[in-house]
Amino acid sequence: MSVLVILIAISILVAGGFLAAFIWSVKKGQYDDDYTPSVRMLFDDNPDSTKS
Amino acid sequence: MPPLEALASPTMPAPAPQKSSTKCYHCGETCDRSLTEGSYYFCCEGCKFVYGLLKENGLCNYYDLSSTPGIKVKGRFASDKFAYLDNEEVIGKLIRFTDGKQSHLNFYLPQMHCASCIWLLENLHVIQPGVLYSKTNFGRKEIFIAFDPTATTLRKIVELLAFVGYEPHITFNDSEKKREKKVVRQQIYKIGVAGFAFSNIMMLSFPEYFSSGNIDEHYLERIFNYANLLLALPVFFYSANEFFISAWKGLRQKWLNIDAPIAVSILMTFSRSVYEILSGTGAGYLDSMCGIVLFMLVGRWFQNKTYDSFSFDRDYKSYFPLGVTVLKEDGTEEAKTISSLEKGDRILVRHNEMVPADALLVKGEGNIDYSFVSGENTPVARQKGDLIYAGARQLGGSMEMEVIKTVSQSYITQLWNNNDVFDGQKNKDKSFIHPWSRYFTAVLFTIAATAGVYWWVVNPANILPAVTAALIVACPCSLLLSATFTFGNMLRHFGKNKLYMKNASVIEALARVDTVIFDKTGTLTHSTKAAISFKGETLSKRELNLVYSLAKESTHPLSRMIKDYLLQTNHTEPLPVEYFKELPGKGLEAMIDGHYVRVGSASFVKGPSEEVSSAFTQVWIAIDGHCLGYYTLANSYRDGVREMAGNLQGDGYRVHVLSGDNSAERKNLQYLFGAQAPLLFNQSPQSKLDYIKELKDQKGLRVLMLGDGLNDAGALKQSNVGIAVSENTSQFTPASDAILDSSQVGLMDAFLRYARSGKRIVTASFIISILYNIVGLSFAVRAELSPMVAAILMPASSITIVAFVTIATSLSAKRKGLA
Repeated sequence: MSVLVILIAISILVAGGFLAAFIWSVKKGQYDDDYTPSVRMLFDDNPDSTKS
Repeated sequence: MPPLEALASPTMPAPAPQKSSTKCYHCGETCDRSLTEGSYYFCCEGCKFVYGLLKENGLCNYYDLSSTPGIKVKGRFASDKFAYLDNEEVIGKLIRFTDGKQSHLNFYLPQMHCASCIWLLENLHVIQPGVLYSKTNFGRKEIFIAFDPTATTLRKIVELLAFVGYEPHITFNDSEKKREKKVVRQQIYKIGVAGFAFSNIMMLSFPEYFSSGNIDEHYLERIFNYANLLLALPVFFYSANEFFISAWKGLRQKWLNIDAPIAVSILMTFSRSVYEILSGTGAGYLDSMCGIVLFMLVGRWFQNKTYDSFSFDRDYKSYFPLGVTVLKEDGTEEAKTISSLEKGDRILVRHNEMVPADALLVKGEGNIDYSFVSGENTPVARQKGDLIYAGARQLGGSMEMEVIKTVSQSYITQLWNNNDVFDGQKNKDKSFIHPWSRYFTAVLFTIAATAGVYWWVVNPANILPAVTAALIVACPCSLLLSATFTFGNMLRHFGKNKLYMKNASVIEALARVDTVIFDKTGTLTHSTKAAISFKGETLSKRELNLVYSLAKESTHPLSRMIKDYLLQTNHTEPLPVEYFKELPGKGLEAMIDGHYVRVGSASFVKGPSEEVSSAFTQVWIAIDGHCLGYYTLANSYRDGVREMAGNLQGDGYRVHVLSGDNSAERKNLQYLFGAQAPLLFNQSPQSKLDYIKELKDQKGLRVLMLGDGLNDAGALKQSNVGIAVSENTSQFTPASDAILDSSQVGLMDAFLRYARSGKRIVTASFIISILYNIVGLSFAVRAELSPMVAAILMPASSITIVAFVTIATSLSAKRKGLA
């Protein structure tokens, strides 16, 4: 049954990794603005290409 | 939210239909077809120029993303309106970071409203060399700009923004508020940590749940328990710390706040769990504890998120410009910050600028718009030597003034800082949830104590388990969650209907109101629309065109109303205008197509002796010296006022009307509000304030005041609930508790009904929560509360409550007729 102990340790470690990733993403500002990026990704990259 | 369909299918706009009035391609305002560029029509040179600028830079995508996204260009601003932005002191205040090669700044742009705006604002670098990049935050209506200070200046950027229609809201406060972002992130970290711990502890507790407390391999059981304890530590010490801090602060002021029972519950659960695990007698209730903390934190986050979209805490300074032009003795001009303005300074106030301090007019002609102070939007003429109060806006030419009071002593500032009114003691009655939470705590302690006494007699070994279990299971968290989510959801529903509230306590205050007071001008009536009628000779098509062409040249509100009226009723077309002259407070004159046309007041058009006194605003017209008649601009009431007034009175509210105008409208108001409703005329801001004070203090009434911006600031603040009615809800009025879009005044009865339903929903959810608590306590007092029962009962109660109040508030909003 001692394999259980190893499994638990690994599972918590993995979960901890995700927690760290979450904290990192918050710190990077990914949750600061949850609307504008959804619009921004629809824009053309180069405005000059539409020059008339 | 902006129209996103336009983004998905960027179709070219259809060619304008063949009729004489059309819509401006830039701003969408109804206009004639005289100004064209390509196949598009424009309402004014300004709009056409912005279009030209964007076209030149290949930014025409702006018009494809949403239709007529532009903001009407309101005349050219004075060339050195933003001169103060060259001042080092001002630059230092506004720029957040600079290393000589790159400077960063943040602006609040209240005009941002659609996907096109985002697109244009993020392509600023195309138009303005020196801008490195710009990034918008649509939710907060903010733009972040990085620019090269050697290639461009702060002033140029602001001028460009103002020119394309997004004038930044530059205030003193900008330089002071920078820290709030950190707090928000802290909260998300806390939720993350609590969620992580909660799910992992749950997982490690499954063996415990399913074996009903007897795990065969004891070392495994101990490992599970210790791992749980380890995971719970950061939750207890980090995630939950704000509950302890808040409860402690409350206790120090001898006040048992809503966080106190939560803090006690968390502390109790944690210490009993630690004791059980260390002594090897049980598994503890750490899963429940992390669950409580997680749910409470999510509730708080939800609450903050609801408030986030409105930043209400602006004071009068937000309304004043940052800088002002001071004339030195040798005649040179200098930009100065307002706070450094001194008594005796000569200042220059240009067209469309605000007078920052009470001052005497020394040179030039004043045409003063006091709408900021009095709500009256018809400008008044002021002569040399007249005193002009702070907050007035100059229209027309520039004027020189001598400051007689510094900014902090001026009239408007005094009204603002009046301790009698603005003492922050508003809504002293605490939320009805607070007494509930105290009863709850009292009953809980009684039950726990009774159980303790019972077991002391029967079996002393069970005292501790029973008492602690009672305190653990009967967490008041559902009490708190129900209020948070009910009011949070209601705030959203109110917001959808364009009533924006400062915070949740406004809903409760609104539910307690028994008297509703309306201001007339701007609240019950349209401020930019009037019922216009013409008296005099019948005008020919050509004469109408002449009048229209003249009115079109002016930005005066009366001219604009007449212009719109003519355009909509007669399909007028413009004629070339020469020798245009606008005489402030009098009228307009010009040569149009060979005719001398005058439009304005009776004394201006017909001669100085012809002063006409009338209850209504009159605009006279004369062509080639022949007076043709006059337009009457009568108040036009908003739709649905009568039904609303009837419903309010039917619901038992007392309805009053206070008006700053004369009593000419008495009949109309009596028709709308019934003969019994008290109507008061010729009310000054001070007398409105006193009237409300009297109702409150002498008669013990709870007053809701609906008024217009700063004019009624005192009255709004004095009332129990003050709602500012505004055409432009992006402009906040600090004295009010809520801001209502002026088109929605007719929904006031529905708003009040909805506010009252809030209390019923919270009460119902309390009953559900009490039922859960009775079940939980029945286990606890028998000392039979197993960790599994606690772990099921507590999340279940929280989830039921949240689901119940969310559904109930939405249903109720629909039933009350709110969108």
